[in-house]
Amino acid sequence: MSRASLFIPLGIFLLIVSVGYIGFSLDNRNELPSALLHQPFPEFSAGVLGDPDRRVSKADLLGRPTMVNVWATWCPTCKAEHAELMRIAELSDVRLVGVNYKDVAAKARRWLVDFGNPYEFVIVDQDGGLGVELGVYGAPETFLLNAEGEVVYKRVGEVNRRIWRDELAPRLAQMGVYKMPAPETENSTMGSGR
Amino acid sequence: MTLRVLCLMALLTAMQSWAVSPVDVYTFDSPEQQQRYKGLIAEFRCPKCLNTNIAGSDAPIAQDLRRTVHRLVVQEGYSDQELRDFLQARYGDFVLYNPPFNSRTLLIWLVPLGLAIVGMLVLFGLLRRARQQQAVNLDESQRQRVRALLEE
Amino acid sequence: MIAELGQLSLALAACLALTASAAGLFAHGPSTQLLRQSTVSMVVGQFVFAALAFTALVYSFVTDDFSVSYVATHSNSLLPLPYKISATWGGHEGSFLLWILIMTIWMLLLTLRRDNYPVRFFSRVLGTMSLMNLGFLCFAIFTSNPFERLIPMTPADGADLNPLLQDFGLIVHPPLLYAGYVGLAVPFSFAVAALLENRVDAAWARWSRPWTNFAWAFLTVGIALGSWWAYYELGWGGWWFWDPVENASFMPWLAATALIHSLAVTEKRGTFKSWTLLLAIAGFSLSLLGAFIVRSGVLTSVHAFAVDPERGMYILIFLGAVVGGSLTLYGLRAYGERADVGFKILSREFFMLINNVILVVSLAVVMWGTLAPIGYEAISGGRISIGVPFFNMFFVPLMLLLGLAVALVPVLNWKRTPWQSIKSTLTAALPVSALLGGIWWYTTDPKSAGVLAALIVALWIVATHLLDLVKRLRQSRSLPLAYVGMSLAHIGFAVSVIGIAITATQSVEEDVRMAPNDVTTLGVEEVRFLGVREVQGPNYVAQQGVFVVTNGSRTFELRPEKRRYLAGGNIMTEAGIDAGLFADTYISLGEPLDGGAWAVRLHYKPMVRWVWLGSLMFAFGGMLAVMDKRYRKLRTRRDVSIKAALGSGSAG
Repeated sequence: MSRASLFIPLGIFLLIVSVGYIGFSLDNRNELPSALLHQPFPEFSAGVLGDPDRRVSKADLLGRPTMVNVWATWCPTCKAEHAELMRIAELSDVRLVGVNYKDVAAKARRWLVDFGNPYEFVIVDQDGGLGVELGVYGAPETFLLNAEGEVVYKRVGEVNRRIWRDELAPRLAQMGVYKMPAPETENSTMGSGR
Repeated sequence: MTLRVLCLMALLTAMQSWAVSPVDVYTFDSPEQQQRYKGLIAEFRCPKCLNTNIAGSDAPIAQDLRRTVHRLVVQEGYSDQELRDFLQARYGDFVLYNPPFNSRTLLIWLVPLGLAIVGMLVLFGLLRRARQQQAVNLDESQRQRVRALLEE
Repeated sequence: MIAELGQLSLALAACLALTASAAGLFAHGPSTQLLRQSTVSMVVGQFVFAALAFTALVYSFVTDDFSVSYVATHSNSLLPLPYKISATWGGHEGSFLLWILIMTIWMLLLTLRRDNYPVRFFSRVLGTMSLMNLGFLCFAIFTSNPFERLIPMTPADGADLNPLLQDFGLIVHPPLLYAGYVGLAVPFSFAVAALLENRVDAAWARWSRPWTNFAWAFLTVGIALGSWWAYYELGWGGWWFWDPVENASFMPWLAATALIHSLAVTEKRGTFKSWTLLLAIAGFSLSLLGAFIVRSGVLTSVHAFAVDPERGMYILIFLGAVVGGSLTLYGLRAYGERADVGFKILSREFFMLINNVILVVSLAVVMWGTLAPIGYEAISGGRISIGVPFFNMFFVPLMLLLGLAVALVPVLNWKRTPWQSIKSTLTAALPVSALLGGIWWYTTDPKSAGVLAALIVALWIVATHLLDLVKRLRQSRSLPLAYVGMSLAHIGFAVSVIGIAITATQSVEEDVRMAPNDVTTLGVEEVRFLGVREVQGPNYVAQQGVFVVTNGSRTFELRPEKRRYLAGGNIMTEAGIDAGLFADTYISLGEPLDGGAWAVRLHYKPMVRWVWLGSLMFAFGGMLAVMDKRYRKLRTRRDVSIKAALGSGSAG
């Protein structure tokens, strides 16, 4: 055995350590990438909160950019993100649609009365069937759909200011339902300027 | 520090209440179907849990998925592969405990196979060296005996 | 006050570890006697202070000192005393303190045997172990201090120990498992010392063997206990999940099993030296890797401790330094000799080689399966899971191959075996085992080829070993303890194989709705549900189901419970188990349904106990193998040569 080959174990070990190190630097350990990304939103048929006769389907989500937000009254994080959703509803032209996930309708209606209703309508998913179709495994989760009904972004967890700023605002601007505010610090002395 | 501790306590109490093995009372058309169902729910990972299959978790999502598997197998007659495709399309590769066999995961499957082959090669290599050295050694020992005899 | 004393003790132990490692590894003074004595006393000191610190923590638990944060998060005033004590190691910080204590105990045991080894070599061993201990102590002191206080926000009562841990399993599993994990530091230190001293020979192998075998035996029992505990506690009837934490303990075990065999060859034949050194380094390295996996949060698992990236980073760095350092040392100092391969295929050496290759390949596969998801995520951003189906697919065939090799071992000699010796076993043992295995397989339902192969291989192992035993007795040859140990261990392996094969394929599980007085069949048994009543435990209230089970002429009662713990409100199911040598009956309560009925899970698990009985057999066999007189006679031989060396005027 040559001297060099005696260092093979060290080499293998360094490889393992780097895997361990990488594993560390990976954040979002509890978030799964969405299997629906860049896929069309699934077909479904469901009832609407507060309107027992109305039924909606995927067609009701087409035509303009839509944010589908999965929430429930038993989910404390949903309460935390609610204010942000109200703000988004006001700031942008995106259509906000809620999915009341595995909840009690009366409680959900009460909740919306108490805390405000940013949604154009709320789909009722009492047994979690729609959730399974969407690959939802907890609340809150939010899907951003373009006008053709394709999922362009999925957020597992709350929608907060950072997510708005880094992920949602740029995409909504791209889809034309939100106008980005002019950047504050722009002093270009070159070019068109004056 | 104390906040961290309190959060940890909350987390621990919240999580462990799901570490109870759930019992669902479902009906099946035949014992074979029931066996199929049992085998299938052991194959899928609960998306939210700390590494359990959907058979072993009481988390709401695990219950939903078991119910879905039952419905698809019993009422809609899905085959095993159709069921896997169904869940994979919705929850991604993560939900399969048997990683899928595609171009990206090829390495995952090939490496263990490669390791086994390397092992066999090592054995054969050593065996061949054994045979070669056997011949050499005999010569050496014979030569030494000759030398010893000569030096006597 | 006591907690602060504990903290101080840890600091003192760390200081001693620092000086001991310096003295042991670096001091080359002319006066070896002083060197040796001081290192030894520094090691004893480490034990004393580690024990003091540990006692301080146990005391805090027993006296319900909730001002200590760790006690507050893991205990409760209602907790029964045995669990208060074992809660000491129920969480990360305390279990790590246990790890340190066990490390110092192994070092202490080494010092009791110091006369067996050359002075400088032994000082190096102690120095290396103290260096490891220093790393552990610093980790504990700086990132995982169990003595941190919760003042002024001292809670009135604790958060309670996780009910799953309020069990006999917690009392025995971690101490034995850690004795194994940490025990592998001994052969590791022997290897490092040998590399430093540039002295690797058959004597070194003989010194290492007893320690290695005992550490391996502890690890075996620790893992088996963990599996048994999970089986009766978690309620799904399974006993192994290829979970990252389970794999973290299994990998060092596979390396250690390869090591105990390789050491035997190096001791008897003087070959495989570099390889044995490498395995010795690998064993403890894998223990450290295991600790990293379990305590850093890099892999998700129900068994993992609470996630803390800071701790994980420290362990990773420590791991890198220790293993990287020792492997570099190995690269620089290990003999680059061409293995003296003076043996034929039909020889013990070659079969040990087969054993090692199969075990190392298995180890690599388990490591790959455990770590690959991380690599996949890093490279492609996607998440995959590698679970039971993947591991079993590779592991089972490898184990069957290993079994085939094990079967031939009793009839093999060192270097070469005449074909005649093999013939007898092939013509007698194999056909008989094949026949018996086939008949047994025929009675199984459902049938599988894997079970047939497993039964034949296992029965063949038993047959060849028993036949050889009988042959020896008839020839009135001696039965050295080493031989008995080996046979027991190999037969134990066969027993486990049978247990695994049968229980994996022949278990019956029923989930049924049972109302009071309902009767249902479970395999060959009849189960009658008598209803549920409320019972009170020391710190819980439970719904207890009463079931009467009839199996042939035997009737017994099982009382599974659904407990609600008063301290935290946690709900837990406790299964009712009838443990039999040939089968277990296992009942657990689900949810109450309408009309007084309950959802009930019934298991009938044939041969499941054989899985653990087999492992107990091979752990015991491994220990017997090194309790042979020749390892004990070391003292007299060594004393003679040391006296001679001292007498001749040379020192160090």
